[in-house]
Amino acid sequence: MAKVIVVTSGKGGVGKTTSAAAISTGLAQRGHRTVVIDFDVGLRNLDLVMGVERRVVFDFVNVINDGIRLNQALIKDKRVDNLFILPTSQTRDKDALTREGVERVMEELRAEFDYIICDSPAGIEKGAQMALYFADEAIVVTNPEISSVRDSDRILGLLHSRSRRAELGLDPIRAHLLLTRYDLDRVQRGDMLKLEDVVDILAIPVLGVIPNDPMVLHCSNLGLPVILERKSRAGEAYRDAVARLLGEQVEMRFVKPERRGLLDWLVRRSA
Amino acid sequence: MAEQQDERLPFRIRGSLQTLLALQLIEPDHPRLLPELEAKLAHASQFYRDAPLLLDLAAVRARPPIDLGRLVGDLRRLGLHPVGVQNPSPPWREAAEQAGLAVFGPGTQPPERRPRAPQARSAMVVDRPVRGGEQIVAREGDLVVLGPVGHGAEIAASGHVHVYAPLRGRAFAGIDGDSGAMIFCDRLEAELVSIAGVYLVAEEFEPAVSGARVHIRRRGEALVITPCGA
Repeated sequence: MAKVIVVTSGKGGVGKTTSAAAISTGLAQRGHRTVVIDFDVGLRNLDLVMGVERRVVFDFVNVINDGIRLNQALIKDKRVDNLFILPTSQTRDKDALTREGVERVMEELRAEFDYIICDSPAGIEKGAQMALYFADEAIVVTNPEISSVRDSDRILGLLHSRSRRAELGLDPIRAHLLLTRYDLDRVQRGDMLKLEDVVDILAIPVLGVIPNDPMVLHCSNLGLPVILERKSRAGEAYRDAVARLLGEQVEMRFVKPERRGLLDWLVRRSA
Repeated sequence: MAEQQDERLPFRIRGSLQTLLALQLIEPDHPRLLPELEAKLAHASQFYRDAPLLLDLAAVRARPPIDLGRLVGDLRRLGLHPVGVQNPSPPWREAAEQAGLAVFGPGTQPPERRPRAPQARSAMVVDRPVRGGEQIVAREGDLVVLGPVGHGAEIAASGHVHVYAPLRGRAFAGIDGDSGAMIFCDRLEAELVSIAGVYLVAEEFEPAVSGARVHIRRRGEALVITPCGA
């Protein structure tokens, strides 16, 4: 049975698209047939982060409104088997998505895939609500700062009240916290919220903590999901998160100060 | 309605609806009038500052008018701006006109809230977090919340409000006017608490009760926050 997972946050710029790209890639690497959909109509970014922007012909909006077949719009990833990208339109706006149209696409995808990852736009308006409406689970991407945590709280309310599951009275959407840009130094200095503080406020289980890592931006510029970069700490953390999403018990890393060697200390001082 | 859109006209006349504060005069000669008023204003100086004001004369229309010009001057010194009167008798109307005040129609007043007699209540129980932007109202009786109430969430009950988790949003007890209603919470981090219309904002909490397990009751026109077990 296919699972629909929305990657959402309320606040913009916290790492939704980066996380959607990494997690869908990770699920596919683990052998699950996965499609990742860009719901951010008008501000399409997912295809860039996935490195397929030069292969986009048709998109999500064309499938809904213009009679294009899903297979014509789905882009198969060249690096990872089982992974497909459904890009969105840059020229239309959120009104191009209709509930019925999205439902039709979802039904078709459910028949073919194990995981359908919906990359939500920022905000709490129509676009974000459309992205979360059909979800079975949600990954709430949050930065360790107060405004992001509050917006996540708000979006958790919408997951509870505005989703298909809520309207039909089914089991509520299972929400997971993905804490991104976690910078231990700044957490210890008190500039950023601790993991425990965020969990205290949001009261949902933790899927993962992604350390702040310059490789994220570097990979994003290359169109490479960071999870494919072996040397990246963020990539490792995303691999752990994917394992937890699949029900495995994995110890939380990057939440305590690492023991540093003398050399490491010297390097840091001179950096 | 056949108003011509004359482009050369340097003005335009439009209807506009405003809500005004009305100061009901009961004993306009009372020596405590101004000091009491000043004390009242001090409680919410931001709210009243430079507020346009109507003088409601319904209660005094049978008496001979007072010098309204002097009263206007006194009120201005308190930071209020009387703009007119309502419900005048003919002599009061004359006094108002002399003081440069407009005469308004009778106007409408917000419906008076009659405190309802406390009834046998059943509680509404919410066993999940209440998120920012959510609003939960128990119209009949108490509200019990078992999960945290997030910043920007609002919970309200005609009876007591119980939160067995941190309270970070706004809580309203006794929304039908029951001033015996109380608020209980495991951790007071609220933005605002209110009982039967009397409220406190976070800034006004004593440091000793912020973050503490407390109960909140109304005493007269004030709210009293007490740590549980104290």
